[in-house]
Amino acid sequence: MHARYLIIGSSHAGREALAAIRMADPQGRLVMLSRERHRPYSPTILPYVVSGRSDPRKVGLGSVAWFAENRAELVLDAQVVAVDADARAVRLADGGCWTYDKLLLATGAEPVVPPVEGLEGVRYHVLRTLDDALAIRARAATARRAVVLGAGLVGMHAAETLAGAGLDVTVVEMRPHVLAEYFDPRASTLIRETFERHGTHMMMGRRVERAAGVETEACRLGLDDGTELEADLLLVAAGVRPALRMLADSGIATDKGILVDTRMRTARDGVWAAGDVAQAPGFPTGAPMVNGTLPEAVEQGRIAGMDMAGDDDLRPYLGGIPLNTYGFFGRHAVAVGAAAAPAGDGVEVVTDEGDGYCRIALKDNRLIGLAAIDRVMDAGILWRLIQRRVDLGPVRDRFLSHPLETARALMSRGWR
Amino acid sequence: MASQDTIRFISERCDGCGDCMTACAKAKGSASRVAIVAGSDGGWEMALCRQCGDPKCVANCPAGALDKHRDSGIVDWFKDLCVDCHLCTVGCVYGGIVFDPAAGHVQKCDMCDGSPACVPACDKGALEHLSAAGRLHEIHADKEDMFVPGLSACQGCNSELLIRHTMRRIGRNSVVAAPPGCIPGMGTVGYNGQTGAKMPIFHPLLTNTAAMLGGVKRQYERKGRDVTVVALAGDGGAVDVGFQSLSGAAERGERVLFICVDNEGYMNTGMQASGSTTFGSWTSTTPVGEIGRGKSTDGKYLPQLLMGHGCAYVATASTAFLDDYHAKLEKALEASRTGFAYLHVHAPCPTGWRFPAAMTTEVCRRQVETNFVTLWEFTPEDGLCFTRGVGRPRPVSDYVGMIGKYKHLGPAELERIQASVHRRVEVLQGFRRRSTAAG
Ligand SMILES: Cc1cc2nc3c(=O)[nH]c(=O)nc-3n(C[C@H](O)[C@H](O)[C@H](O)COP(=O)(O)OP(=O)(O)OC[C@H]3O[C@@H](n4cnc5c(N)ncnc54)[C@H](O)[C@@H]3O)c2cc1C
Ligand code: SF4
Repeated sequence: MHARYLIIGSSHAGREALAAIRMADPQGRLVMLSRERHRPYSPTILPYVVSGRSDPRKVGLGSVAWFAENRAELVLDAQVVAVDADARAVRLADGGCWTYDKLLLATGAEPVVPPVEGLEGVRYHVLRTLDDALAIRARAATARRAVVLGAGLVGMHAAETLAGAGLDVTVVEMRPHVLAEYFDPRASTLIRETFERHGTHMMMGRRVERAAGVETEACRLGLDDGTELEADLLLVAAGVRPALRMLADSGIATDKGILVDTRMRTARDGVWAAGDVAQAPGFPTGAPMVNGTLPEAVEQGRIAGMDMAGDDDLRPYLGGIPLNTYGFFGRHAVAVGAAAAPAGDGVEVVTDEGDGYCRIALKDNRLIGLAAIDRVMDAGILWRLIQRRVDLGPVRDRFLSHPLETARALMSRGWR
Repeated sequence: MASQDTIRFISERCDGCGDCMTACAKAKGSASRVAIVAGSDGGWEMALCRQCGDPKCVANCPAGALDKHRDSGIVDWFKDLCVDCHLCTVGCVYGGIVFDPAAGHVQKCDMCDGSPACVPACDKGALEHLSAAGRLHEIHADKEDMFVPGLSACQGCNSELLIRHTMRRIGRNSVVAAPPGCIPGMGTVGYNGQTGAKMPIFHPLLTNTAAMLGGVKRQYERKGRDVTVVALAGDGGAVDVGFQSLSGAAERGERVLFICVDNEGYMNTGMQASGSTTFGSWTSTTPVGEIGRGKSTDGKYLPQLLMGHGCAYVATASTAFLDDYHAKLEKALEASRTGFAYLHVHAPCPTGWRFPAAMTTEVCRRQVETNFVTLWEFTPEDGLCFTRGVGRPRPVSDYVGMIGKYKHLGPAELERIQASVHRRVEVLQGFRRRSTAAG
């Protein structure tokens, strides 16, 4: 079978590319393959499936009607196991084969399971797929004690959810801080303390070394400091890595992820990659980085789709900027750019804890990062200010004292 | 997808009072979804959802909790699907979807079901609800286009827009008269025996348009047929040589709709001045040189003269305010069933007036914003009503400065134009009886 456009992966990057292709080419056959048996959904929704807040039947990213409107075919239960860029073909686990003119790899990321002695012998969960979420949900119904391994976004979301479900939750994190890839130590501390106030045990700077099963489904964990923990539900949330297994011998260059340029093109003709699987130029240096967030998957997916369809309006990628919003226990945190950049070496840091927490990092009077907790911020505007290297010199003091309003005024002026 | 409503912010008029925010907060029972913030130059700026055509907040939502409505164009937010991840706020560069700590979730403008509370709350006129495009689209999209697809109008001419809208509305059961001028010139009456419109259209003389049309109508009435008869004339065919027959038809109350498309001169024959050409304008017969300074007298203001005829309906219109035009077209058609109806549509001419073709609608808007053109309607019962307030005009130089035909004007001439604009508004205000629009 042949498609003009073949997209592997049905989540944010794939969906956005699909829409972008259809903007420019209403005709060419467009096929999306997903290894899932479920219709497309976002991994980000999964903690809320665990908690029951989101109905698994209502979390769809693209309805049947949406695919029909876009004249795109969605093929489920189609796991790609090999890519042959010379023959412009992909092979499926069931032996099937698709050929293509243009291929997008939007296969996202997969959980990393750290080397913990005995882990393979005990029952543990990960959280990346809808089936994972449903399994955790089922287990949480009877479990009493949960241990979450890792305090990244997935671990933190899951910990809150499980605590909300009434479980006694312990989070074990190797690094000294939660969400260390986004927030500075002070902000991380404020977030951690909130969890502790809600009864979650936060064990920072500790490592799980051993795991052993006990009777029923529970397990016992040994930490590096000698602590022993028992868990009815063990969630491994120790990070993710790009899903590239099917690329062996494909000639598609990879490092941590699939290396792409500012148009999301890989090293091979006719092959693009976007989203969590891609390693695209980072901002501002251009050094390749995996920036596994949802807005980034959307941005890259759109660029890939436009380039695949030859859309003249394409504006090349400006470089990945770490960026996230985070809601926890009714509170609200934002981190944009190098929000944790230490002061010195030209970087100026201004922190304000007057009304909520706000940490602003400037370099040459340009915003390079901002973290805030319980302060209303327009993450999208801040992201633009960083990306466009907007000179804040003329409004510096006002920006430092009133970042929200000043950023809005700068943008509004720019749009008029 | 239909075109969409938006709220326009006119920063120059905003004084930062925050009444819009108060009104929004009150209407929604939550934090205001429109934010006015201080700008860096002492002025004011606004953050508000623009109901984008290709909204990034929607693309960023993992939960399907945001969706752009196909018909209204509003980006809707669904509380029960939202999971409070706030990723939508990352997509928005306008500050249009924002976490509201008191509510515990994001909030955005939903245009209050079509009548935004913030707009009327601003008594400085700094917010404008631009709703025409979407509504007009809804009303007229399915109607038959009556005009040739290919035509020979100048680039940027707004007459095509006007003709298509008008013809779509009046439909096939009509007869159109297009006397000499740009409108037949661009192909309405057709070439080589082929017509450019799907309804009967004829090409009277400049001098006898209204008389012929009146006769056509009477003949149909005698035959017992209800047919709409409309003239699409230029200002030459109305203000100058066509005036005698127009005046006569108006006096007799012929049941005719006469539309004058006023580009202030004989533009398709070489840009000669007409009676409608305004003071100071360069034309080929009012040149600018050692002695000449463009036209030395003011233009004749035909709509006011027609008002003096006591017509059943008289109105002025601008294609920058198409919803206003459509409302007047309805009334004019209705009035033409019992008496004479006259519409005067201002049609800036990029070729003859010398401004960039892409600027026509902006020029139209600026004419109105400066009161150089005023929008009003008149019936013998109600007198004159402004359909757009004339209270806070921009200086007329904001308009004159956009137009090449005024390029040579000095401060004294500008002052004279400004004075005549003021005078005309005052005169028109004198005709108000039960005016509803704020003057
Ligand atoms: C629990 C959790 C919470 C998160 N919270 C946030 C958050 O708050 N903010 C944020 O920005 N990001 C968050 N993320 C990350 C975010 O979901 C991802 O960045 C985003 O989904 C990436 O989209 P993607 O399209 O690149 O890849 P994915 O969403 O990973 O989708 C890849 C798709 O490809 C399919 N696939 C993979 N391999 C194959 C193959 N060989 N053959 C066929 N199909 C294949 C997969 O089944 C999957 O459907 C979270 C992730 C998780 C798991
Ligand atoms: S906060 Fe709600 S509406 Fe916004 S992206 Fe998240 S789920 Fe969607």
